[in-house]
Order: sequence, then structure tokens, then C-alpha cells
Amino acid sequence: MVKYLFRVRWMNKLKLSFFNRSNISGDLIFEAVVGFFALGIIVLAFLLFRELFIESGFSRNAFGLSFLTTSTWDPVNEIFGALPFIFGTLVSSFLALLIAVPFSLGIAIYLSELAPEKLKTPLSFIIELLAAIPSVILGLWGIFILAPFLRDHLAPILSTYLGFLPLFQGPMYGLSMLTGGVILAIMVIPITSSISREAILTVPTHQREAALSLGATGWETTRIAVLPYARSGIFGAVILGFGRAIGETMAVTMVIGNSPRISESLFAPSHTMAAVIANEFVEATSNLYISSLIEIGFLLLLVSLMINIAARILVSKLLRVEGGGRA
Amino acid sequence: MENKITVENLNAWFGTKQVLFNIDIDILKNQITAIIGPSGCGKSTFIRCLNRMHEVVPKARATGKVLVDDNDIYDKDIDPVDIRRLIGMVFQKPNPFPTMSIRDNVVAGLKLSGVKDKNMLDDIAKECLTKAALWDEVKNDLNKSGVSLSGGQQQRLCIARALAMEPEVILLDEPCSALDPISTGKIEDLMIELKEKYTLVIVTHNMQQAARVSDHTAFFLYGKLIEFGDTRQLFKKPKEKSTEDYIIGRFG
Amino acid sequence: MKWNKRKIIDRIMSSMSAACVVIAIIPLLSILYIVTINGISAINLDFLTQLPKPVGEAGGGLGNAIQGTFVVVGIACLIGLPVGIFAGIYLSEYGENRFGRFVSFLADVLTGTPSIVAGLFGYTFIVLYFGSFSAIAGGVALSVLMIPIVTRTTEESLRLVPGSIKEASLALGVPKWKTTIYIVISTGKNGIITGALLSIARISGETAPLLFTSFGNMFWANGLDQPISTMPVQIYTYAITPFPDWHAKAWAGALILIMLILVLNIGVRFVTRRKYGM
Repeated sequence: MVKYLFRVRWMNKLKLSFFNRSNISGDLIFEAVVGFFALGIIVLAFLLFRELFIESGFSRNAFGLSFLTTSTWDPVNEIFGALPFIFGTLVSSFLALLIAVPFSLGIAIYLSELAPEKLKTPLSFIIELLAAIPSVILGLWGIFILAPFLRDHLAPILSTYLGFLPLFQGPMYGLSMLTGGVILAIMVIPITSSISREAILTVPTHQREAALSLGATGWETTRIAVLPYARSGIFGAVILGFGRAIGETMAVTMVIGNSPRISESLFAPSHTMAAVIANEFVEATSNLYISSLIEIGFLLLLVSLMINIAARILVSKLLRVEGGGRA
Repeated sequence: MENKITVENLNAWFGTKQVLFNIDIDILKNQITAIIGPSGCGKSTFIRCLNRMHEVVPKARATGKVLVDDNDIYDKDIDPVDIRRLIGMVFQKPNPFPTMSIRDNVVAGLKLSGVKDKNMLDDIAKECLTKAALWDEVKNDLNKSGVSLSGGQQQRLCIARALAMEPEVILLDEPCSALDPISTGKIEDLMIELKEKYTLVIVTHNMQQAARVSDHTAFFLYGKLIEFGDTRQLFKKPKEKSTEDYIIGRFG
Repeated sequence: MKWNKRKIIDRIMSSMSAACVVIAIIPLLSILYIVTINGISAINLDFLTQLPKPVGEAGGGLGNAIQGTFVVVGIACLIGLPVGIFAGIYLSEYGENRFGRFVSFLADVLTGTPSIVAGLFGYTFIVLYFGSFSAIAGGVALSVLMIPIVTRTTEESLRLVPGSIKEASLALGVPKWKTTIYIVISTGKNGIITGALLSIARISGETAPLLFTSFGNMFWANGLDQPISTMPVQIYTYAITPFPDWHAKAWAGALILIMLILVLNIGVRFVTRRKYGM
């Protein structure tokens, strides 16, 4: 009996609280607290930009825009030009895309259309596992397995049959632009294939059925009904892959040779923006040297973020959250 | 027969689109009032204005007075949260909390309001499950997940959950539309039992249900209250032509 | 085109796309195989518990690097998990406005921050300010990578909680903040935990942010404001030397790191398949 009396009394107290506003303030406090942390994201972005912008000031003032076009990187005489690294980043990333995109499309098509149901989940999980491998371990594998393989087996073939092209001339010692491109491709494939796959999955069944009912084969259906529809998503996937490639650091610096020279040959060693920072920052002695490296980092941040913005706008509905671009 | 709820000049909007126009209606105490009308006529919106759930949707608002026992629940000094302890709601699709057991589901509202006494909560759970005609079916499985029950059972669980808050009014928004006929029948019987202690307002698109279960019926069309009266009267001799058209199935 | 020719092309394309999958898996298999073969011989209790020895001396281990990884990742979690999870809660439950949409988009874009840039930030923001390399700087750099990911995974997980559950709670007279904490978060907690664990797996393997923040140390950790050894950095340091016995240690370290990360990844997927929050 006592229990119910208590309940009745408590209920009356509730009704008296018709004018009790503690719940309203509870809501306000909670929203303010979590909102504060959301504000933290903006603060983080702001600080990130600000720090790099300010610390690169010395170099920016010293070299201005010519920083982007000078190919001299001379720490001794304090002349710094980022061109070799910009070149290396762009070429290695384009090479990576050249290799990765066809593979990613093939994987995406296979996993969304052709694979037997039971294999779909395990296979896509395995591909995603590739993305989970830390960059430094990929680099380790790159130094001791991939580079020698490319040097001893692929390069001779390339130089025999395609050696008339400047791309495949000169000696191949293993650590080269080619190896860098290949290892970047391996890192780009998981994300590009997974987002392309999602883009393909958004194609409505009736599009496919329309093509099939006209007597199209599986491949023709994919080519005329599916891929065009998924075009913008696939394009977004490619751009995201590119963004990932340019920001990649460890695996690249371990296999690309770290030589700040611009060469026509893929067999020659090269360098990238991320790699030069990783390599030289700790030993950078002068303020100008450090500032130049930070300026390269700032450029990398800008380009990376712009690419990500473009990609996200293209793919905004399709993207899930497994992390867009990793380095 | 006295009024439990008196609605005066209720208007409601979603953003700039007005969906309820000058609703005046009396909901009588310990009676079942049915709200009928074609899809989109505003009946769900109306019922959600009675427990101030309408304004939870972003950019939704309502004006007017809703007097519960002569207290206007839209008074600016009142926290909507408190209203909802007085006026409970059961939704179209049963929505028990998926991470809680059956017993925890029933007392969820109480626990979140700070009631901690385990024995009291167990007693209340048993009492409400009994009132909701579910106790016999689940008494040995109180720790099973709330979502492991069938649709009809889940809906009765939701009713038990609403009852645990000791409301004075229970709003039911098409409570049987997702259920099979047998479960529907059980819930209709339950409603008739409940009206002894509670005031019920039910939205239904099923006219036969309204006729079976309710004492008074209100017919809504395009956001306006067209006719309101004794159920038998309204179905036998509707006063308005559009009411008659709806009842005989000319539209909706 | 003749039907036969079209069929042949169809078969070829199907085979080629299957081949793409096979070829893409080869590097993964190769890496796992090589790391295991090369690494396993060097792993023993000593390796896991001892400090590194100078070049030329046999023995020694990565004990301090393992310790350091836990420390630095731990610091990153202390910063990154609360910020990310609370921000994600805001975006999901209170974020239907311009501010919320902007922050969500920004967090999305920030997930693409290059990790070397995160390292530069850690350097300028912490190392320069306090005057030395430190575990804290490393943790901060890693949290820069962690926060956007955890924010977005939390947001997405909570958005998946059906609106009907929230309505049910509100209709019982439970205020919104209690609904969010006791109903929404408890229903979506699997997704939040998964996202957190995956982000931990990811940052545990990151090297670039640590190169000039936590830097490295030949000894056991002796303070959060001091440089500290970590597994990825140690693996890298050993890998680029010309000494074979340090290469062997690099492989061994790689094996440990991969096992840790794979266990986290597979474990997480296993958990989400079994337990359903909704």
C-alpha cells in the first residue's frame, strides 16, 4: 500500500511541476555542451590552416610564387623550389590512378554484378583489409619485395618492348617513380573500388532491365545502362583516390628513391611533397629550410582539401565514413 | 458528461503550409473519441497537437488553446515534456525500445523520470501488462527483448508502457493499422476496457473500427473539422454531405 | 555485331573483372605472407619486452616501442574520442541547421587530411610551443586524424536510430536530452564503438604524424613531455637502414603491428554482425 501512496504523491508532484522548467534547462545545457564540441571541429580546421599558414610565412615571403616553379632544392645555399616535389606528387598519383582505376572498376563491377552472392561480402571485406594495412608496412614490403620484382621482372619487359619511349629509358634500380606509382595504386584501389561499387549499386534495377530486355549482354548492360548512370559517383571515387594518393607519405617515401630531380623516365628515382617533408624535416637546420618544408605541407593541405571538397560534392549521398583520404 | 479536453481555435502549420484550420472540439472524459477522415486530412496532426508532439518536428508549430481540465497546455509557462506525462501516446507502428527487455520497456518512462525502487517498478510492470492484456502471455519472459514479440503483442507492450506513466488521456494514432485482424480485435477490446479509467482519442482510417469502438466521432477533411457527434448518430444520419460521402465510400 | 561475337566479348569482360579482384588480392596475400615468414623468427619474449640494442649487438627488442604506441594512441584517444563522439551526437540530434550541416561537411572533408600535415601541425602547435618532442605532441597529431573520423562515424550511427524510437520516448514525457543519452545513444552504441575501434586501429599504424612529434627514443618512456618510441616509427627507422638484423626486427615489428590491427578490424566486424542494437 505504501508503495502506491508514494506513487500517487509523486504523481501529484509532477503535476505541480507544470511550471517546473528544469527540463528545459537540461536540454539547453546538453545541447550547448555537445554543440561546443561540434564547434571544436571548426576550431580544429581553423588552427590547422593557421599554424601552417603562419609557419610557412618566412618561405612564402622569401620566394613568393616562384616557389611553385623553381626546381632547385638546395639546402646548402638556401634556395628552395617545390617543383620537383609537385612534379613527383602529380606524376606518381596520376600513374597510380592509371593503374588503379581500371582495376577498381573491374572489382566494383565484379562485386556488384557478377560475383556469386556468398562471395560478395568476404571478397569486399578482403579488399577493405588492404586499406587497413599501415602505410609503413606496405613500404617495407615495397622495399624488399615490390621494388626488386619490378626491377627484375617488369622493367626489363618494359624497356625491351617500350624502350623507345623516354618513359622507360635508363637504368632501373628498384626505388623509382614506377614503384611509387604501383604502390600508390595498391593503396588507392580499396577506396576507389568501394565507392565505385556503391555508385553502381545506386543504379535502379529498371535501368538494367531496360537494357536486358533489348537483348543486351551482361557487359553491354553494364556499359550502356549502369556505368553512365553511376558516372558521377565513379568520378567522385576517382577523385577521392587521387586525393588519397597525393597525401600518402610513408609507403611512397620508402620506395620512390627520394631524389629531388625531375626526370622523364619512370625508372628514375623521384620525390613527392609528402615524402620530402618526412625525409628532411627532422634534419632541417635553418629557419628558411623548415619554413619551406612547412610551405610544402601547407600546399599539400590546400590541394588535398580542395580535392576532397570536390569529391564529396560529387558523391555526397553515396559516401560512407570509413575515412576518405589517408596518408 | 464533462469535458476532459477542450480545443479552442487550434491552427497548425508545417513550415508555411497550414494543415489545421480553426479546430474547436470537446473531448469527453472517460469516453472514446474517434477521429476519421481521408489521408492527409490532418487527423494525425490534430492528435499530435493534443500532447504537443506536433512541435517536435522542425519548423512545425501550432496556435490556439487546448484546455485539459481547464488548464491550457499551450500556456507559455508550461514545459511540453510535462504534458506528455499526463497525455500518453501509442503510435501506428509499434515502437518498443529495442535495447530493453519487456519489463524495462514497460517502466522505461518511470525509470527515466528517476524512479529507482526495483520492487515498485516490478509491481508497476505487472500491473500495466495486466491492464494491457499482455501479462499472461509474457509473464515468464519478462527479460526477453521487447522486439522479440509479435506485432500485436508489441503494440500492447507500447500501451502498457504508456499506462505506466499514469496518464489521464491516451492518444492512439492508428494503433491497429499495422496489425492483423486478431490482434486488432484484442486491442479494440482493450480500449473499451481502458475507457473506464482513462479518456481515449483514437485516429483511425477504418470506419468500422470507429463505429465499433468509439462513443463520439469527429470527421476531418482538408484540415477542417466537418462534423462531430455521437458515433451512432454520425454514422446513421450524418449532418454534412461530405461526411455522408466519406462514410459511404465515395472518396478517401 | 554478330551475337556470338558479343557473347565472347561478354565472357572476356566478365573474366577480366574477376581477374581484377584476384590480382588486387595478390599484394595483400603477399604482404601477409612475407610479414609472417620474415617476422615470426625474430619474435620471442625478449623481443616484446626489451629495449633495442645498438647496431651490431644481437638481441634486444621493441618493448619500448610497444609501450610507446599504447601511450601515444592513448593520448590521442583521450582527446579524440570525447571530441569526436560529442560532436557526432550534436550533429545527429541537434544538427539540422546551417551550422550543423557545415560542421558535418567540414568533418567529412577533414577526414582527408594528409597524415604528414597532421604531423606538421603537432610540431608547430605543441613541439615548438613546449620546446621538445613529446608523446603529447604525437597524441595531438594523431587526434587531428582521429577526430573527423569518429565524428562522422558517430553521427552516421546515431542517424540510423529510427525516429519512431525517439518519438516513443518523447511521448512518454522524457525530455530530449535524456532521450538522446538513454535511448538514442544506447541504441546506436554498437556503431559508435565500432567507429571508435576502427579509428584506433587506423591511427595505431600511422607513422608520418609521429616522425617529428613523438620522434623516437631508445629507452623506456620517461614522461609524457619527452620523446617516445612508437612501433610504426621504429619499423620505419629500421627498414631504411642497411643492416639486415635491423631489417629482421622491422619485419617482426610489422608482424606485431599487423596482428594488432587485423585483430581490431576483424573483431569489430564480428561484433557488428552478431549483436544488433536495433
